[in-house]
Amino acid sequence: MSATNYATIENHPILGRLTLEAIPLHEPILIFTFIGVILGGIALVGALTYFKLWGPLWRNWITSIDHKKIGIMYMILGLIMFLRGFADALMMRGQQAIAFGDNMGYLPPHHYDQVFTAHGVIMIFFFAMPIVTGLMNYIVPLQIGARDVSFPFLNNFSFWMTASGAALIMVSLFIGEFAKTGWLAYPPLSGIMQSPDPGVDYYIWALQIAGVGTLLSGVNLIVTIVKMRAPGMTLMRMPIFTWTALCTNILIVAAFPILTAVLAMLSLDRYLGTAFFTSDLGGSAMLYVNLIWIWGHPEVYILVLPVFGIFSEVVATFCRKRLFGYSSMVYATAVITILSYIVWLHHFFTMGAGASVNSFFGISTMIISIPTGAKLFNWLFTMYHGRIRFELPMVWTVGFMVTFVIGGMTGVMLAVPAPDFLLHNSLFLIAHFHNVIIGGVVFGAFAAINYWFPKAFGFKLDYKWGMASFWFWFVGFWTAFTPLYVLGFMGVTRRMSHFDDPSLQIWFQIAAVGGLLVAAGIACFFIQIAVSFLKRKELADVTGDPWDGRTLEWSTLSPPPDYNFAFTPVVHDTDAWHDMKKNGYQRPTTGFLAVHMPKNTGAGFILAAISALVGFALIWHMWALAIIGFVGLIAAAIIHTFNYDRDYHIPAEEVVATENERTRLLASHV
Amino acid sequence: MSNTHTANAAGIRTSESFYLKEEHHPANGTMLGFWLYLMSDCLLFAMLFAAYGVLGRNYAAGPSGADLFDLKLVAINTAFLLLSSITYGFAMLAMYKKQLGKTLFWLGITGIFGLAFLALEIYEFYHLIHEGAGPQRSAFLTSFFALVGTHGLHVSFGIIWLVTLMFQLKKHGLTYENKRRVNCLSLFWHFLDVVWIGVFTFVYLMGTLV
Repeated sequence: MSATNYATIENHPILGRLTLEAIPLHEPILIFTFIGVILGGIALVGALTYFKLWGPLWRNWITSIDHKKIGIMYMILGLIMFLRGFADALMMRGQQAIAFGDNMGYLPPHHYDQVFTAHGVIMIFFFAMPIVTGLMNYIVPLQIGARDVSFPFLNNFSFWMTASGAALIMVSLFIGEFAKTGWLAYPPLSGIMQSPDPGVDYYIWALQIAGVGTLLSGVNLIVTIVKMRAPGMTLMRMPIFTWTALCTNILIVAAFPILTAVLAMLSLDRYLGTAFFTSDLGGSAMLYVNLIWIWGHPEVYILVLPVFGIFSEVVATFCRKRLFGYSSMVYATAVITILSYIVWLHHFFTMGAGASVNSFFGISTMIISIPTGAKLFNWLFTMYHGRIRFELPMVWTVGFMVTFVIGGMTGVMLAVPAPDFLLHNSLFLIAHFHNVIIGGVVFGAFAAINYWFPKAFGFKLDYKWGMASFWFWFVGFWTAFTPLYVLGFMGVTRRMSHFDDPSLQIWFQIAAVGGLLVAAGIACFFIQIAVSFLKRKELADVTGDPWDGRTLEWSTLSPPPDYNFAFTPVVHDTDAWHDMKKNGYQRPTTGFLAVHMPKNTGAGFILAAISALVGFALIWHMWALAIIGFVGLIAAAIIHTFNYDRDYHIPAEEVVATENERTRLLASHV
Repeated sequence: MSNTHTANAAGIRTSESFYLKEEHHPANGTMLGFWLYLMSDCLLFAMLFAAYGVLGRNYAAGPSGADLFDLKLVAINTAFLLLSSITYGFAMLAMYKKQLGKTLFWLGITGIFGLAFLALEIYEFYHLIHEGAGPQRSAFLTSFFALVGTHGLHVSFGIIWLVTLMFQLKKHGLTYENKRRVNCLSLFWHFLDVVWIGVFTFVYLMGTLV
């Protein structure tokens, strides 16, 4: 237990309530992690200095407003945070496999509670969201034939705000502690009386800062899709991934302000002693639970809709067919977008809202399975009579279809209020949402990475290690979560760090084995990337179209030049690139013009760094620093608005040189 | 899309019909983007209204709206804010007529009305807290201060933006970028007026009904 009693601590004028005791020297697990991070950090800084990479890193990446580089940075952030979140998962599996009877396991409850909270927060906000946002950032402008997004600077700023939020969560490992409340921090447990420590404050400020980034990136991508499509690309000619991205970003803009508002209310309760969610003075904790799920349920679809888009692209490409039921796919996506707002109460049928309210939300939840089912049939009918190539993205897609359908069916079971009273907060629920999130979002992320990696880096990913990764994941997932379904039926609740009934132990041991299999799948994935990098000559894609693709991103170079397209494409059909190939499109080799592009800027990084500093100051009640930082933030933003010089032209000669190089490459590989 | 880029009369697409030979200039999306941001802001206020709707009668044996609100004061305040919207409109008209001086003048008047609004609001808050009716007193007062305070914070940021923009207008004149910025702030300013009408009706007028 941390020695500091935050309820009674006196505030230092500069350091606030931060003392040396906040460093968890008494936790051996954290100390070893800390040493590891420090050594890794020193090695990284050393390598960057030795190879003189600081300048290029700053100029080409940190200040870059190129949507492709920002997309890649989102993906890297997501994968790093994934490792952290997965380490938390393994710790939980390990603890629950051994903590029976007299054995209390190796994690004391206050540590275990932080682990499951951090696992949920990181996996949703700092793994799944950056991966999905990164993919949309990279792919959408290419699919619609645009040079960049509508607001390139805002895009850079959004990324760094997300990264700042992630950084605050990582800092909570070593300075102070993280929330012990579960990933949605329900009051009164997350109120100041029950959680006086800075854990919930880390939670609040990490999510608020990252939330600004998410919201702005949502606005940015909507405007990009609405305003920047290539000529001829009507709404019903947009690629399905772009459609799902549009709906997802509408959901983001319509849902994230709710999270911002409800977290702001929670922080007012914690910082100023107001009475929104308190048990006394007329506050209502259930108001919090309602509001946060009005954001939380659309959030589920924010994650899964783009993934549906990915699978649609993959299925059409690898079955060499136009997607079956394009317009029904679009309408299904739109219907899910709307329905996702009227189901939130199914997360707490047990609140006691009464039979009528529960029936309404139960039925609306079940209705969502109809458009989702329509999508599955569309994918199946696309495969039917298709000439299927079982390349890696397609393998992940089939794995998804099998897994997701089962997760969807257990979801419909939970949607019926009567059984939900038995299954609420049980491990059955845990198994269900991992079934759809891993089976959907994670499998989709791997399908997408395998599919678009050659576009982003110019070489395919290794098949053998990719297959190994898939099978470890697939078998590992089912080994880890089938026992949880069984345990949930037996009435075992979630978030337990210790059990008394020894007859349950065997199920948790099987689940732990599943966790290790998944770990092997993750290891294979990183080996796959390393092996592919070593074999990059052999796996190189010089055509820009390694899969015989159907949409516009495959019509340009791999990796695409800064300006994406030397000439803006004109679209006559869905599957524009397929249409171009079919009609004998010849790539133009003359007549290149200078290209108008936005300029790099460090403003986004600086603003986000100050935001992280202000967040840290607020977490530790360092009022002086918080005020100075906030004033600095406003000043920096104002100074940035005085910069009117925001674009430049890539000279025609440079475009000619790039395109001639491509002509040469194409000719040499016929 | 001009006709030269579509398929030719027979419906056969030539290679040339698949790309633009000239540079493509998509429409500027700033106004749409800013409008979307405003709608997200609107949702934020909707949440605060919802909280007020749920908690607004939970007085915890403390004072109610009928006990606290001084409608005359709020009426004057409302007048300040509505007038500031009209004067912003005058600034826009001057901008369309390319009269920089007049634009700046009306923007200045708008800012003064905004400041007057803020001053009265701060006075009201100070007075309430002094009477023991601060945001910690009851869930009603918590949700009241949060809603009205968030609106006040928005007006404060609007004024900071307004002053910044006046400097930029002075420096660069009525350029394309600056006109766009004046347009965005206009949307923002009128949006705050609309929100205030909601606050005035639902919080103050309905709150004083017994």
